[in-house]
Amino acid sequence: MKPVFLSAVTALMLNVSLSAPALAGAEDIIVDGAWSRASIGTSRPGVAYMTIRNTGDEPVTLTEIRTEIAMMPEIHRTSTNEQGVSSMTPAGEIKIEPGETVALEPGGLHAMLMRLQRPMAEGESYKMTLVFSGGGEVVVEVPILGVAARGPEG
Amino acid sequence: MRLKTIRWILWGITGAVSLSLAFAILWRDDRFGTEPSRETAAFRADFELTDHQGMVRTDEDFAGRWLLVFFGFANCPDVCPTTLAEVAAVMDGLGVSAPKVQPLFISIDPERDTPAALADFVPRFDAGIIGLTGTPKQISETARSFYIYYEKIEEAAAPGGYSMSHSSQLFLFGPDGAYVTAYAYGTPAEEIIADLNGRLDT
Repeated sequence: MKPVFLSAVTALMLNVSLSAPALAGAEDIIVDGAWSRASIGTSRPGVAYMTIRNTGDEPVTLTEIRTEIAMMPEIHRTSTNEQGVSSMTPAGEIKIEPGETVALEPGGLHAMLMRLQRPMAEGESYKMTLVFSGGGEVVVEVPILGVAARGPEG
Repeated sequence: MRLKTIRWILWGITGAVSLSLAFAILWRDDRFGTEPSRETAAFRADFELTDHQGMVRTDEDFAGRWLLVFFGFANCPDVCPTTLAEVAAVMDGLGVSAPKVQPLFISIDPERDTPAALADFVPRFDAGIIGLTGTPKQISETARSFYIYYEKIEEAAAPGGYSMSHSSQLFLFGPDGAYVTAYAYGTPAEEIIADLNGRLDT
């Protein structure tokens, strides 16, 4: 019984470690329409939005975001229930199926930029690195729009 | 033998009580259940709060004007600025009718949102929005009178260690202070403008 179980686990582990490199990397990722709202100082969190498209044949998983503008950037999800109550929680890893597009947009998924290192000033831009499960990275230039911007066009 | 029977009976009672308690808790979903009464009973804008310039404001200060009331907090990066931007677009779209409508942003985070904190946030949307805050007691009374829900969510990573869940609709009150309608979060500004224009003209 035990050896069977062990070999099953080993097989699983092998399977995982073998399939990991086969997962689509960052080369199949296309990021569009990135934008941020100007922040008010640095004491409140900033936000970034964009769409992330997986053009490959394998699912990819966004595991982490990094940016020099914030010490603690994290993907969060706002959800609004039937009673119209909105709340926000860390979204964890985001899996993107082949051909699928994940939108970070107002009222849904968004990159929450906590512990801003400098104010996000309208007209400037900054770099954000998206890290995927295969270790691939995509660097996105995020323009900072006005505080009352409603989308990538302002 | 007798003792055993008694023990069984007692366990039975305990079980029944726990079950009915569990049911009571499950059915006590009345946190939101107050909402339908809004249509029937007189639901009016009713508050006494401090605005972002430090002035005490009550609903009576706005008598004769339409009120567009929404709730949020300044540390909210997504929903609140989006709503403020949306309201700014609505006010812009109303054009000459805009002075008939007063948008009010009421904070449900009295601990962090002092009048000064709101003064740093609300006027940036440049839409004549008045930010209102108060003591935790005033805010909880206001929430009750508006039938809205808010809750502090502990979240280690968030600034100050917490975030807030809150009702995210826009509430419209008429010039007489009576509740008219609510727009769900995400209703396009254009839709709200069209609806408002229809009401303001009559």
